[in-house]
Amino acid sequence: MAHDLDVETPNDLEIHLIRRFDALPRLVFEALTRPDLVRRWLLGPDGWSMPVCEIDLRVGGAYHYRWRNDESGQEFGFVGEFKEIEPFGRIVNSERPDDQDGGDSLVINLIEAEGSGTKLTLIQQFETKALRDMVLATGMAGGVARSYERLDEVLVETA
Amino acid sequence: MDNAQLDATFTALADPTRRAILARLARGQASVTELAAPFDMSQPAISKHLKVLERAGLVSRGRDAQRRPVRLEAGPMGEAAGWLETYRRLWEGNFARLDDVLAELKAQDNN
Repeated sequence: MAHDLDVETPNDLEIHLIRRFDALPRLVFEALTRPDLVRRWLLGPDGWSMPVCEIDLRVGGAYHYRWRNDESGQEFGFVGEFKEIEPFGRIVNSERPDDQDGGDSLVINLIEAEGSGTKLTLIQQFETKALRDMVLATGMAGGVARSYERLDEVLVETA
Repeated sequence: MDNAQLDATFTALADPTRRAILARLARGQASVTELAAPFDMSQPAISKHLKVLERAGLVSRGRDAQRRPVRLEAGPMGEAAGWLETYRRLWEGNFARLDDVLAELKAQDNN
């Protein structure tokens, strides 16, 4: 059964996604952390595939995602590090485009048992409202929006 | 925003030069010359990037024949209701696929 998706902006710096699933927390955690599973659903618009999906699931470990438009060949990617891992319960990681250093956003996945299923809350935290709004507008995760600000800073410095 | 629009937006943003152009335009409109300045890139090359951004509805060109300033377009980046809708559609797609993955995992668990 396809449950409703709630998208909330409880403050200027965050986006919250809330979605329920007909599966136990253990399975949702697996689907969020096993590369062979992640690349089957974390895809974005139609026509994009995921040629790179690497996950070193431990505190301090890194992940790398890369997406590709199958028609145009256009690619982009994200990287980040795991800050907190509570098996079947909570995953906290940084996130940024894989073509920049620093300028991270924070992503929190909360996995909670609810009846015979699971409630997933995905929280994205940004450093500015402008970045948060840009992410909402484009549907892309926080790292890409954050890169605008860094590049803007570089342009100001080199002007 | 339909899938073609969303796809055009993704393509437009999945390039560091185009992201830098948008960052510059966030500070105010600019001419093609001004936009090309920070890059080791010809104006025709910058214009190609601008076309991609225009097609995605992210920038617009002024009508002044001499200068044709480039500015951030309010459309996809500026309307609250539209924004949430774009974001929602993207994640609804992802989570629908996640439903399928979970159904398979459950079936494997039961066997």
